[in-house]
Amino acid sequence: MKVIKIDKKIWAGGLEKLKGSYRLFGPVKDNEFHNFKRLDKGKLPDFNYFNTRLSPKSIIYPQSEVMFEYSLDEGKVDHHIMKEMDMDYSSRAVIGIRPCDASAFLLVKRNFDTPQYKDPYWVKAYEATTFVGLACNNPCSTCFCTTAGCGPFHEEGLDLLLVDAGDYYFAKTISSKGENLLKSAGWDTEIDAGKQIKTMKQEAEARIRSSVATDKLKNKTTTDLFDAPFWEEVAFACINCGTCTYVCPTCWCFDIQDEVNGYSGIRMRNWDSCMFPIFTLHASGHNPRNTKMQRVRQRFMHKLKYYVDKHGDGIQCVGCGRCIRLCPVNIDIRSVCDLMNSYGNED
Amino acid sequence: MLGYITKIRTISERLLKEGKVDMIIGFRKGTVPMMNEPCCVKSLENVKELVWDSNCGINLTNYLTDRKEKIGIIAKGCDSRNIVTHLIENKIKRDRLVIIGVPCKGMIDRHKIASMFEKEIKEVVEEENKIIVRGDNFEKIFKKAEVLQENCAICIHRNPVIYDELVADLVEEQKNVDRYENVRRIEAMLVEEKGDYFDNLLSACIRCYACRNACPLCYCPTCFVDESRPQWLGKSIDPSDIKTFHFLRAFHCAGRCTDCGACERACPMGIKVRAFTKKLEKDCFELYGWEAGMSLDERPPLDTYRPDDPDLGIL
Repeated sequence: MKVIKIDKKIWAGGLEKLKGSYRLFGPVKDNEFHNFKRLDKGKLPDFNYFNTRLSPKSIIYPQSEVMFEYSLDEGKVDHHIMKEMDMDYSSRAVIGIRPCDASAFLLVKRNFDTPQYKDPYWVKAYEATTFVGLACNNPCSTCFCTTAGCGPFHEEGLDLLLVDAGDYYFAKTISSKGENLLKSAGWDTEIDAGKQIKTMKQEAEARIRSSVATDKLKNKTTTDLFDAPFWEEVAFACINCGTCTYVCPTCWCFDIQDEVNGYSGIRMRNWDSCMFPIFTLHASGHNPRNTKMQRVRQRFMHKLKYYVDKHGDGIQCVGCGRCIRLCPVNIDIRSVCDLMNSYGNED
Repeated sequence: MLGYITKIRTISERLLKEGKVDMIIGFRKGTVPMMNEPCCVKSLENVKELVWDSNCGINLTNYLTDRKEKIGIIAKGCDSRNIVTHLIENKIKRDRLVIIGVPCKGMIDRHKIASMFEKEIKEVVEEENKIIVRGDNFEKIFKKAEVLQENCAICIHRNPVIYDELVADLVEEQKNVDRYENVRRIEAMLVEEKGDYFDNLLSACIRCYACRNACPLCYCPTCFVDESRPQWLGKSIDPSDIKTFHFLRAFHCAGRCTDCGACERACPMGIKVRAFTKKLEKDCFELYGWEAGMSLDERPPLDTYRPDDPDLGIL
């Protein structure tokens, strides 16, 4: 794979050039923390960050997304007809996404883009996007990506991987989308940096101190795990807020809502969370997950067992550590994963 | 406060051994700096898990709601005032509780400390009145008073108001504290400035409801934001819906909030949500001379009517 050397002196200029053909998004420090925001003219991404507070999933899958609008005014010919919103699916690029977050989109893709069902909004937005990763030279102590199917220099899900090497970036091309972006920016100085990148990768991986064991999850009997006695204890502290869900790059659930103001209405979808009691509330009034313990169990069983069984390709988690850092009551997915992986007899 | 741990464990062990309680609700050591996890200890061998330090800012009364077991609960000043509120509001029965009172010296502000460092904080160690923050190649020592949660810095009820056991001698209450400086600053703003202030304050809100769910007062079986028949509030991140949630939640807490700070501590986005509840706490104090959770013998002001109630209290 080709590696391009980008001198940091020409970095800002290249990005400005890109803004002619892409809508750019990048990490920006706002309030006390970084989040992905639109990079308007003159605005540069700020790479002095570990990871953003929220995952960049909202760039593809906004927290609230209006899908249709309609009129209830019977005087209008097209009343009560849902009309698709004009969406902007022009090319966009995410600059400086961490490899774990880019990899998360591939897990989410399994939900939104299947041979049977394609979510048009997610698929179009995803296809319109070029992902320019920023390798993690200094991962956090809560990062466990290397045991969650990716790593600080992981390339799957990325079109280009930037490696910060002091006065310049190495840009490793991973796909044709990535190559096109380099061309648009006018970055074209090829360099043979394969060895250097490999060394930096090994060093970064060695800095990951946190891990989960997932090897036995697949062979556990689902009902055994479901009925395991540890759930009450795991769930005790949980306050059933949506923090873990909303900061997670791999949580994908949504709720569809109609909102009407006067005669005009919209149909939108909003992120939802399995931590909320109304998530599973039936119209009959019955709620199959009526207790906190059932909801907490669902979150972990989905990520660490049902998903594992359904796709046979690891857990539904990339090890970004956001839920660990931000849970108000310190519920730690690493501990829960270990409890599940080591539960009962090996079979 | 570090010395409290032994006493907490001794008392807990005795209560469990004598069968006075089925469980102890307390904290165990967290897996990341400045965090402890609320926990429920039912067996003697787990008593050693119980800890106490300046990272116990979550209000444990939140875990008592509607429980039927016999419970030993570790309660600092604010938690104990919320227990009183729970007793008044029939959310728990007094005879089910053994309250293990903790004279509190304040909790440290995890958001504030995290925001002071660009590098990752790997360890926060506490020595009497000193907080030592460490990471790769750096160490900074703070006086604890410099990094207290805002509500703790202005707290005048550090000692539990109701307890059956006490883990240490009562501490001296803070005096000459200006409890409402922040509220006055907002009150003094022009209407438009207030609008901007609140818009800005809530701009990061993701509607995760951590503030609501960390609050012992928010125990409604179905919160008004979740009600769907009829649906009172939109579910999107529309700023007016977000504001409505925060304002209405605060109103529901009027005359009940003890300013324990659990909401602000819980917020994953570091929003200073106490700005809402604190104003109502101030109003209740100024209009009715009321402080929530101080006595079992008095009904809360929004629960009673007196002919001389000031009109200002009527919306």
